[in-house]
Amino acid sequence: MATDGFYLTSDPLGAKCDKKETTNMAIGRTLRPIVTGSSVLGITFSDGVMLAADTLGSYGSLARYRDLSRLLKVNDTTVAAGSGDYADFQYIARLFESLNIESDSYCDGHSYTPRSFYSWLTRVMYNRRTKINPLWNTVIMGGYHDNKPFLGVVNSLGVSFEAPTLATGFGGYIAQPLMRDAYEKNPSMSKEEAQKLLEKCMTVLYYRDARSWNKYEIATITTDGVTITGPMKLEGNWEVANYVRGYD
Amino acid sequence: MEDYRAPVEVQWSPYSWNGGTVLAVSGEDFSVIASDTRLSEGFQIYSRDFPKTYQLGDNVVLGSCGFQGDVTTLNKVIEAQLKIYDHIYQKKMSCESLAQLLSTILYTRRFFPYYTYNILAGLDSKGKGCVFSFDPIGSYEREVYRAGGSASSMLQPLLDNQIGLLNQTGVEKKPLSVEKAVQLVTDVFTSAAERDIYTGDGIRINIISADGVDIKEVPLRRD
Amino acid sequence: MADGTARVKGGFSFELCKRNEMLKKAGMKFPQPKKTGTTIAGIVFKDGVILGADTRATEGTVIADKNCAKIHYISKNIYCCGAGTAADTEYTTETISSDIELHRLSTGRKPRVATACRLLKQYLYRYQGHIGAYLVLGGVDTTGPHLFTVHAHGSTDKLPYVTMGSGSLAAMAVFESHYTPNMGVEEGKKLVRDAIAGGIFNDLGSGSNVDLCVITADGVDYIRPYDVANVKGERVGDYTYKRGTTAVLDTTVRHFEIVSERVQSTESMET
Repeated sequence: MATDGFYLTSDPLGAKCDKKETTNMAIGRTLRPIVTGSSVLGITFSDGVMLAADTLGSYGSLARYRDLSRLLKVNDTTVAAGSGDYADFQYIARLFESLNIESDSYCDGHSYTPRSFYSWLTRVMYNRRTKINPLWNTVIMGGYHDNKPFLGVVNSLGVSFEAPTLATGFGGYIAQPLMRDAYEKNPSMSKEEAQKLLEKCMTVLYYRDARSWNKYEIATITTDGVTITGPMKLEGNWEVANYVRGYD
Repeated sequence: MEDYRAPVEVQWSPYSWNGGTVLAVSGEDFSVIASDTRLSEGFQIYSRDFPKTYQLGDNVVLGSCGFQGDVTTLNKVIEAQLKIYDHIYQKKMSCESLAQLLSTILYTRRFFPYYTYNILAGLDSKGKGCVFSFDPIGSYEREVYRAGGSASSMLQPLLDNQIGLLNQTGVEKKPLSVEKAVQLVTDVFTSAAERDIYTGDGIRINIISADGVDIKEVPLRRD
Repeated sequence: MADGTARVKGGFSFELCKRNEMLKKAGMKFPQPKKTGTTIAGIVFKDGVILGADTRATEGTVIADKNCAKIHYISKNIYCCGAGTAADTEYTTETISSDIELHRLSTGRKPRVATACRLLKQYLYRYQGHIGAYLVLGGVDTTGPHLFTVHAHGSTDKLPYVTMGSGSLAAMAVFESHYTPNMGVEEGKKLVRDAIAGGIFNDLGSGSNVDLCVITADGVDYIRPYDVANVKGERVGDYTYKRGTTAVLDTTVRHFEIVSERVQSTESMET
C-alpha cells in the first residue's frame, strides 16, 4: 500500500476519500480538497492583530456556499483563519475545542497562549503530512498576549513561520505585496488604518481572484479580547470598465 | 491520440523547498556560522526575517535549511534529546557528540528523509574551532569550512580558493583571524545574493568563541 | 485520396515538436532557454502610454543577467515589453519591428499600434504557443494611445492598465488599488514604478532596476534605469591576487622574424 503513491484524482463528483483506499485501509485520506476557502489575510498593528477572510466556500469552480465563516475564535486571545479544505478546517476547530475543554477542566486559571496554540497546530499539520495524510489547509493564527501581537501561519506540509503581515493562497501574490508595502511605510498602524488596508486588499482580491467573494469578515484581537465583525460587503470601483473597449 | 493526452493526476509531494544558504568557517579557537534570513517557496518570499541558525548550547550552533517543516521538526527533536542528555549526565553535550547525535537522528529517517542540509559549528572538547557538515540522511564529516543549501555551489569554490588557498601558488598560509572570517562570510553572502534568487534579505552571523556566541546581522538586497 | 482530391499540404509543420516530445520521453535533456521571470506593465495616461519593466533574467534559480533591457523597440511611436523566453521575446519583437518598418515604407504612414498587435498575434498563433513570448505592447498613433497584452498562444487584450510575467499579480495589485483614468505624466510614471517595484521585491523571478518608456504624441522618453530599486551590496575585502598567483605549468618562447611591415588605412564604408 505504501508504495502506491498518492494521487489527486480529477473526478469532479468523486467522494473526498478514494474508495479503493478506504476499503483497503479503512482510513480516509484527504486526497484533494472539496469545499474550499480562498485566501485569508493577517496583519499586526500598533496594539493588536487583525485577520480577514471572505465568506465563500467553493466547490471546484462552483461558488457553492456564500456565507461560510472562516474566522474561528479559539479563545479570548486567539483567532485562527483557515484557507483550503473547509471540512479539514472544521476538524481543526474541533481539535482546538477539545484542547480548550481539557485545559478548562483543570480549573487552574491557565489557558493556552496564541503561540502555544500555533506551535501545537504546527505539530498536528507536520505529523499529518508525515503520515501522508495531510490536513489540506493553510491556517493563519493571530493573537495578543503579554502586550505583544502574535501572527503566524502553517500550511499542510508543516511549513510554519511568523511575520508582521501574512496572506495565504492567491493573497500571497496579490495582497502580500500591498500589505508589506503599507507595513514598511507605517509599522505601527492604527486599528482603523489596518482595517482600511485589509478592506483594500480584500477588494483587490475580489477583482482578481476567481475563487473570491465580496462578503468578508474581520477579526480584531487586542487587550480587549477578540471581536469578529461582519460579514461586510465590498463595493469596489468599476469606473475603469468604461475605458475597456475592443481587444484588437 | 491516447498517447498524447496529458496525465490528469498530480502527485502530491510531502516536501517543499524553502531555500536558504548556510555557511560555516572554523579557526584556531573560534568558529563562525552564518545563514541568510530569507524563507521562500517557488517565486514567493515567505519571510525576510527567518535566520536558519539555531543555538544548541553555549558554544555550538546548527545551521539548517531545505524543507522548513523538517528543519523545525529536526530542531525540536535535537532539543528534546539535549534536555534528556542534560538530565541524565548533568552536563552540556560536546560539539563532537552533538554531531554524532545529529547523524543518528538523520539516519532514523533513512527511507523518509529529513530534507535538510545541516552544518554544525562550534568549539570541540579541546577548545578548537570545528565545523561538521551533513548530508540529509546522516553522512557527516569534520571540515574546516563548508557552505550548504541554495547557493552552496556558488560559495564552496570561493571558500576553497580564499580559505583553502586552492589554485593559488606562492601564498603563505596564515592562520585565519575572526575579523577575516567574518569579513569573508559577509562578502560571499553579498555575492550570493547577487546571483541566487533564494538567498537575500539579510545575514545572521554567529561568532562562536570560548566566551559564547556573538551575533551580528548584516542586511542583503531584498529583490 | 485515391480520387485525386489530395491537396498540397500547406500550413505549418510541427514534426519537430513531436520529435522533441519523443526524445524527452526517451530521457533526453534539452538545453534550458533563458527565461525572463519578469514583471512588465503598462498604463494609458492623459497624454499617451507608459511602459515599465524590471531588469532581471534568470536561468532556473540563478540570475543570468542583472540588467537586461525588456522594453523593445517596434517603431518610433511603438514599444513592446517582453516576458517569457528571452530569445523568443527578442526575436519576435525584432521580426515585427522590421515588418512594421517595411509596412511604413510601403504605405508612407505612421505605424499603428493595432497593426503591430495584429502582426504579433498572427505570428504567435501560427506557432501555437511554442514561441514563449508574453508581451505588453504600447504606443501612440493617429488614433490615440493604445495598450495591449499579447499572449504566446496569440490572444490579445486591450486595456487601460496591464501587467505580465511572474510578477504580474504583484504589479496588478498596485494598479488595481491606485490607477485612475487620465493621470498626469509624473503621477503615471510613479505608479508604473511602484507596480514594477511590487514585482521586484515580492517576486523572486523579478529584480534589479525599473526601466520606463513614456510614449506620447510628441515622442518617446526611454528611461533606463528610471529607478535603481536595489543597490548592489558592497564588498568589504580585497580580492586582488598577487602577481604570479596563477601557476605557470610550462613555458615555450617563440621568436617571430619580421619580414615586412605595412600600415593600412581604412576608409569609412559607403552607406
